[in-house]
Amino acid sequence: MVRNSLGRELPESFNGRQVVPYQDPYSLQPDCNQATRPLRRINPDQEKVLPNLREAIIAAGLKDGMCIATHHHLRNGDALLGAVVRELDALGLRDITIASSSIHPVHAELIPYIEKGVISGFECGVNGPIGEMVSRGELNCPIIVRTHGGRARAVMSGQVQIDAAFIAAPSCDSYGNMTGAFGPSACGSLGYAHTDARYAKKVIAVTDNLVPYPARSFAIQQTLVDYVVPVESLGDPSKIVSTTTRITRDPVGLQIAKYAAQVIETSGLLQDGFSFQTGSGGISLAVADQVRQKMQAGNIKGSFGCGGITGYFVDMLEEGLFQTLFDVQCFDLKAVESIGKNAGHQEISADMYANPFNAGAVVNQLDCVILGATEVDVNFNVNVNTESNGLLLHNTGGHSDTAAGAKLSIITAPSIRGRLPIVRDEVTTVTTPGATIDVIITERGIAVNEQHADLKQELQKRKLPVKDIRELQQEIYSVTGKPRPLEFTDDVVALIEYRDGSIIDAVRKIKT
Amino acid sequence: MKITKSAQSGTMQSSDLMIFLEPADELIIEIESTVKQQFEHLIRAKVEEVLTQHQVSCGEIRINDRGALDYAIVARLEAGLKRACEKE
Repeated sequence: MVRNSLGRELPESFNGRQVVPYQDPYSLQPDCNQATRPLRRINPDQEKVLPNLREAIIAAGLKDGMCIATHHHLRNGDALLGAVVRELDALGLRDITIASSSIHPVHAELIPYIEKGVISGFECGVNGPIGEMVSRGELNCPIIVRTHGGRARAVMSGQVQIDAAFIAAPSCDSYGNMTGAFGPSACGSLGYAHTDARYAKKVIAVTDNLVPYPARSFAIQQTLVDYVVPVESLGDPSKIVSTTTRITRDPVGLQIAKYAAQVIETSGLLQDGFSFQTGSGGISLAVADQVRQKMQAGNIKGSFGCGGITGYFVDMLEEGLFQTLFDVQCFDLKAVESIGKNAGHQEISADMYANPFNAGAVVNQLDCVILGATEVDVNFNVNVNTESNGLLLHNTGGHSDTAAGAKLSIITAPSIRGRLPIVRDEVTTVTTPGATIDVIITERGIAVNEQHADLKQELQKRKLPVKDIRELQQEIYSVTGKPRPLEFTDDVVALIEYRDGSIIDAVRKIKT
Repeated sequence: MKITKSAQSGTMQSSDLMIFLEPADELIIEIESTVKQQFEHLIRAKVEEVLTQHQVSCGEIRINDRGALDYAIVARLEAGLKRACEKE
């Protein structure tokens, strides 16, 4: 066992790979060149269209022990990963690693194939039942959880080598020019798939909307794509995007949002050129709404909105409050429609969005990000991966990337959820290090990280309820009582990788 | 008070709890909770405190808790006791 700088106990190696313990958010340097793949040649008489997934798997030369990837833009509506795995099994392939950008509850359909040995590991985080079963020790399948930027880094550095990427393409021509903006399974941005298209040894576009060559617009181009496979359906469109994402109506959430907007205003960042990211949760959207009103009132012209894009940000773009939206993933229908028609709504890759090992990601230019948390601790560390029962249920997303990049990273969360206090002595799992978190906002008060004494003073001057984080914790404990810590075994079932590839925490099997 | 008949109180909403009470010859307290690992000891302590206060020494009390705070536990248990101890 080794300990990282946050005191988290880590195994020395995991699934055959040496563990590099996390030190700090910014100093680890890359020590290799970009990964490469063989060049290929497609002559004029060659077709790329193959009749089905099985032919594509054979053509791609997939063998036992290899690695495949899909993207998660179809979210819980995705049918492609399940279909690919069923074909891998039918062809008798075993010991396959999944390096998709994320796994959703719909992928519980993979469980029998994990049990059968078709799938032997995940080079990506998981949302839902697979993580739960692995945490309980009911499935033996190592998991490495990565951030969006960290996944791009892992693929580009060759740490993760994808032998075949199956890219669900809501609209694609016969030569592989594809976009997510149109088609029955339209999902908008294909941001997570760009890296796969550039680095996977074989790239297979899978589409339920084959259009005549050339596609009228495309996000991923033909020169990167080996095969095109038409299928009946990529998934369930009703689960691909939410029809609408809504502002919270909960008074607690609205109070938190109001404080958050006041903190942003106090920080001095809310001026011409302001850049901003929120998630799609109800509180995040309420903050966005407050910020929008303040921008309108002050006639402030922002520079860009970023991240997973919602209809709220589209409205702000169309009202001229932002010049550009950088979109790695569309969260709702309005965002999907916008990316196909608004010139300022730009699709970006996960690499450009958040990779720490390139010549500068978009997150580095962010003024402010609003993030959520399952738990925080008195050192401002944040957990979004494991739930109160200790089960690994959530992927990291861009949480640590944006926290590290933004000038002001704000956690918004209710002080109590189902008796559980938000502030702990120690989080169950560290997802994002406290060194990159600036302010934690609950309805009971605002805690400011020590490194921002000026902001703290300014907030106090404006009579906002600033509290020391331990004071806030004690106040919450006086209502909930002090929770007993969870009990875990020594068996490490997953690693939480920080964006730079060092390991920030390990997830252990729960005691049952 | 004496539990003389079956009764229940509460809901299965988040941050609430549901309590089922039955007559029995001894005192049985069963606790299921979404936060059992963290808070079972505090839930039990609060339930025992309310039972002592109302001098209830036997009965079967099953709790299905969804993360209720102490004041909700007290209120739901007192309501349940009043229903279970009513005279026919």
